Amino acid sequence: MERQQENKGETILEVRRLSMDFGGIRALEGIDLVVQTDQIMALIGPNGAGKTTFFNCITGFYEPTAGDIFIAPPGGKRKRINGLKVDRITSLGLARTFQNTRIFPNMTVLENVMIGRHCRSKAGVLGAVLRGRETLREEAEIVERSYEILAKMGLASRVNELAKNLPYGEARRLEIARAMATEPFLLMLDEPAAGMNPQETKELDDLILRLRSEEGISILLIEHDMRLVMSVSDHICVMDYGEKIAEGTPQEIRRSERVIKAYLGEDSDA
Amino acid sequence: MDYFLEIFLSGLTRGSIYALIALGYTMVYGIIELINFAHGEIYMIGAFTALIIASVLTTLGMSGPAVLILAGIVAVIYASAYGFTVEKIAYKPLRGASRLSPLISAIGMSIFLQNYVMLAQTSDFLPFPNLLPELPFLESTAHIMGSTDFIIIATTAVVMVALTLLIKFTRMGKAMRATAQDRNMAMLVGVNVNRVISATFIIGSALAAIGGVLIASHIGRINFYIGFIAGIKAFTAAVLGGIGSIPGAVLGGLVLGWTECFATGYVSSDYEDAFAFALLVLILILRPAGILGKASVQKV
Amino acid sequence: MTFRQEMKKALLTSAWFVFLTFPILVIRVNTIENVIEWRWLNMMWIAAGSFILSLLWSFYFGRKTGDPGKKTEAFAPADKAGSLFRNPRFRMPALVLTALFATAFPFLFSVYQTSIMTTALMYVVLGLGLNIIVGLAGLLNLGYVAFYAVGAYSYALLHYHFGLGFWVVLPLGGLLATLFAILLGFPVLRLRGDYLAIVTLGFGEIVRLILENWNEFSFGPSGISNIPRPGLLGLDLNLDTATIYLYYLMIGLCLITIFVFGRIRDSRIGRALIALREDEIACQAMGIDKARTKLLAFALGSTWAGLMGVIFAAKTTFVNPASFTFLESAMILSIVVLGGMGSILGVVLGAFLLILLPEYLRAFSDYRMLLFGTTMVIMMIFRPQGIITGIRRTYQFRGGSIDGATAGK
Repeated sequence: MERQQENKGETILEVRRLSMDFGGIRALEGIDLVVQTDQIMALIGPNGAGKTTFFNCITGFYEPTAGDIFIAPPGGKRKRINGLKVDRITSLGLARTFQNTRIFPNMTVLENVMIGRHCRSKAGVLGAVLRGRETLREEAEIVERSYEILAKMGLASRVNELAKNLPYGEARRLEIARAMATEPFLLMLDEPAAGMNPQETKELDDLILRLRSEEGISILLIEHDMRLVMSVSDHICVMDYGEKIAEGTPQEIRRSERVIKAYLGEDSDA
Repeated sequence: MDYFLEIFLSGLTRGSIYALIALGYTMVYGIIELINFAHGEIYMIGAFTALIIASVLTTLGMSGPAVLILAGIVAVIYASAYGFTVEKIAYKPLRGASRLSPLISAIGMSIFLQNYVMLAQTSDFLPFPNLLPELPFLESTAHIMGSTDFIIIATTAVVMVALTLLIKFTRMGKAMRATAQDRNMAMLVGVNVNRVISATFIIGSALAAIGGVLIASHIGRINFYIGFIAGIKAFTAAVLGGIGSIPGAVLGGLVLGWTECFATGYVSSDYEDAFAFALLVLILILRPAGILGKASVQKV
Repeated sequence: MTFRQEMKKALLTSAWFVFLTFPILVIRVNTIENVIEWRWLNMMWIAAGSFILSLLWSFYFGRKTGDPGKKTEAFAPADKAGSLFRNPRFRMPALVLTALFATAFPFLFSVYQTSIMTTALMYVVLGLGLNIIVGLAGLLNLGYVAFYAVGAYSYALLHYHFGLGFWVVLPLGGLLATLFAILLGFPVLRLRGDYLAIVTLGFGEIVRLILENWNEFSFGPSGISNIPRPGLLGLDLNLDTATIYLYYLMIGLCLITIFVFGRIRDSRIGRALIALREDEIACQAMGIDKARTKLLAFALGSTWAGLMGVIFAAKTTFVNPASFTFLESAMILSIVVLGGMGSILGVVLGAFLLILLPEYLRAFSDYRMLLFGTTMVIMMIFRPQGIITGIRRTYQFRGGSIDGATAGK
């Protein structure tokens, strides 16, 4: 955590002129974006603006048509990640959640989070069968770490329950917990508040702020709930029709003519 | 040159049959994204029904094209009825289940139907009467293209045109296309999706039965197992052309028919079936979207 | 629905099935003597049978929509059996009894029975192997029999050409099957689930066709005979003792498979396999290499088929391509489907039910494949998780630290 303080203001994600075509249709047009340590950045825009496509490009689900994506883990080396495989990008320290929650329904809550530890552990088939001391130690560590994370997310009482039996709000939190288990330096949340009631959204606010202060990670989130966006983020990037139309602090965005026009009044009062 | 032409035409004949069966796969896949493993068995049941009806009619003293037409019609009706029922029993209860469940159910259904026919009828090959008439105007070319080949190719062509018209211009055809594109959206605009799915199974099965009657007359014998191999081959044809695409199924059928006939004609006949499987494996690895299919983007 | 409506519906269904089965089930053509048999009795059976089944069907689905919580009530006994087995107070005595019975089996029953039991045990291992691929990783492999064939032909050919013995070939057969799985896996595992199913099916058929047609390599349809049974310390065993010896060997292999399967399932690797089955996209986003994990599942599952292939060759002393048809793959798949995806006890029960039932109830044996097909459909509709649900491991925590870490498997 101290490390974070030293590096304050360092760039950890840099996207330059990112474009993405789908069979001749341009979904993203020359997007630039920089995320710094300790920052909570929000990505907003009307439906179909290309926000999720942008996420998918960064996390390796799509290979961008043009442009560069660089990551620089705090204290680590800068690296271009275009075209790397999804799992490789996760193990480099970018973790994400999905718009339509994708938990593993028939695994327990704890196991869901244990999966997140996969890329930070290494026992193989032989280890699994022989269960040597090293494997047992690693396994115990996985369980312990996962439980810690779940406890922080307020899911400690649910560890042995099947994930599919969780109510919606808790399933969303489980997804964040699972992403946290991969030890990211940047957490990417795709509409974390979608489908939540006001109470749950309020709790999500606190959770996001706590993740930054306690875990020392940066957060990039896509969100439609303007109250949430305005209250947690310290930087906002607005997209429309695959282009970035504005960027700035919440105050600046609130006043931007272009943004208001893009939304046609929708939610702009926050 | 005659040899080449002969092989070319027998490839065309064979390919037409594959195309008829492949259409059923492709239509069903287009609408519910399921490989209907039991489709080959529907084709087999069509052929068996035709054989049974034709025999009954012959013992009753009928002969000539009337037998063919009656047996064909009954076969089409029965195959459609089987296709409809299979969907209701084995697939409909599984809509919305995990992807694996309907596939396993489909394989189970395929095995069930095979053994049902085997137990009810026989495990031996049965001779199938050649119901197709000899066409006098083809006498001079009989060594290259016989009447049977001609009838198969002509029938296939007619059926294809009819199907295209049906899908392009009728209400049901429009509903099918809508459902294939987006099932939920189709439901929202008032398409009765259950009926569309049933209609798809019925049409696909009818086509398979036509294919079954034609090929059985052509080859002259059938058993309970013919559906399995034909099914895989027709599926290969569907994938080859681009699954979900109707012209693709036809193209795929023809390409497969030619590949098989040229490979057995010029290389070796020992591995006749292996060529189809090898082609299937290759196409799925190299170009899973098929010749006419569009590469789809993974939905995240 | 009211009673009247139910009855009406059942009658209609019954009429429909009478119509549907009429040509195939009632008429039989004897094309040699040109006579037609009319089997009206069959029609009666269908009418009555489909009437009753239709009532049961609408009863089940009526309840399912009415109260989703109750839908598995019909299977409560199976659930009870499963949880009973997990209860340590029942588990230990049950295991001891089973072990005693298994050990004493060759002395209690005839050599013939022992041989059948050996076959059933082989299917337990095959089922567990396939369960790694289908049950854990969710990859539908319809060509599993190809790897079984690789094992069997490894022994047959290596013995024929180089005179290698059973114990040398046993690990080799497993290894070769694994290699084959990796070779096949590289190109095809990128494919989506349903394509994978059909490619593996095609691959299984290609292997069989090659064995049938490549006479110089595999001796074609006539196969290879005179494969020796496994030897014991250089002793020459007669047929009876060899059968019994093979039985104990299979018991040993079965135990090893169960042990390995259990350990893999509850390990880091096993969790990755299950995650892959549950959600491929989320699985990758969690840092799991999709291609590698699929390949691993394929390889881990196919090894057992290779081992069993060697055993099969040694047991029958003869191999030919006819033993490795698609129906064999289907049989193993129905064991997994019936028993339970990811469950050990389930597969053991599934294998015994599906192998022993047709063996002891002779009336069944003709209907064996019909039974397998029906099993798959029925299980998918009514109980896709199998008769025994694969239970996930649970953990106990007290005051934030792990306690024991195992509450049950």
